[in-house]
Amino acid sequence: MNHYETVFILNPVLSETQVEEAVQKFVDIVKTYKGSITSQENWGLKKLAYPIENKKSGFYHLFEFTATHEAIEPLEVELRRDERVMRYLTVKLDKHALAWAEKRRKRNKAKA
Amino acid sequence: MSKIEEQNSGKKEGEIRYLTPLNIDTSTQKKYCRFKRTGIKYVDYKDPDFLLKFVNEQGKILPRRLTGTSLKYQRKVSVAVKRARHLALMPYVADMLK
Repeated sequence: MNHYETVFILNPVLSETQVEEAVQKFVDIVKTYKGSITSQENWGLKKLAYPIENKKSGFYHLFEFTATHEAIEPLEVELRRDERVMRYLTVKLDKHALAWAEKRRKRNKAKA
Repeated sequence: MSKIEEQNSGKKEGEIRYLTPLNIDTSTQKKYCRFKRTGIKYVDYKDPDFLLKFVNEQGKILPRRLTGTSLKYQRKVSVAVKRARHLALMPYVADMLK
C-alpha cells in the first residue's frame, strides 16, 4: 500500500451537485480498488494562472488516499476520459510529504 | 613578449590605470539554504505563494546561485514549481509577477 495524492480541476460551468457527483465518482473508483481515502479537500472555485480550454477558473479538489499501485492506472484513465476534468495530477507521497500533509491539515483545521 | 605579459611585469602600462585599488562592494552576508536552516523537508507544490520566492518576474525558476538553495532542495523546488504550473497554480509565462 502506498500513499497518493490527487488534485484535479473541474469545469467551472458545473453546478454544485454536479461537482459533488464527479468527486464522488473518483472517490468510488479508489474504493473499488480497495483504497481508502485519508482526507478530502475542496478548494472551491479558483482563478487559474493561465486559461485552460478557454476557461479562466475551475473547481479544485484534492484527495489523499492509500491504495495499491493497481488503483492508479484506472483512476487516471477515468480522469482523462471525463470531460468535466480539465487537469489532474497524481503524486506518490513519501514520508516527508506525509508529515507535511499532516501539518497542513492541522493548520487548515486551526484556521477554520 | 606579448602585451599582457608586458603589462603584468610592469614594463608596459595598460590603458586603464587606477591610483587606488578598486573597492568593489561585495556583500559579506553568506547565502544560505532556507530549507536546511528552517528544517523543511518537503517542498509543497500546492503553495504557490511560497514557490513565488524561487521564480523571477517572468515566472522562470531562479538558479540556486542566486537563491542559495542547496542542490538537494533545488531539485525539489524545480519539481514543485513545474507541478504547480501544470495545475495552473503558477503561470508558465508571466509578466510583472511580483
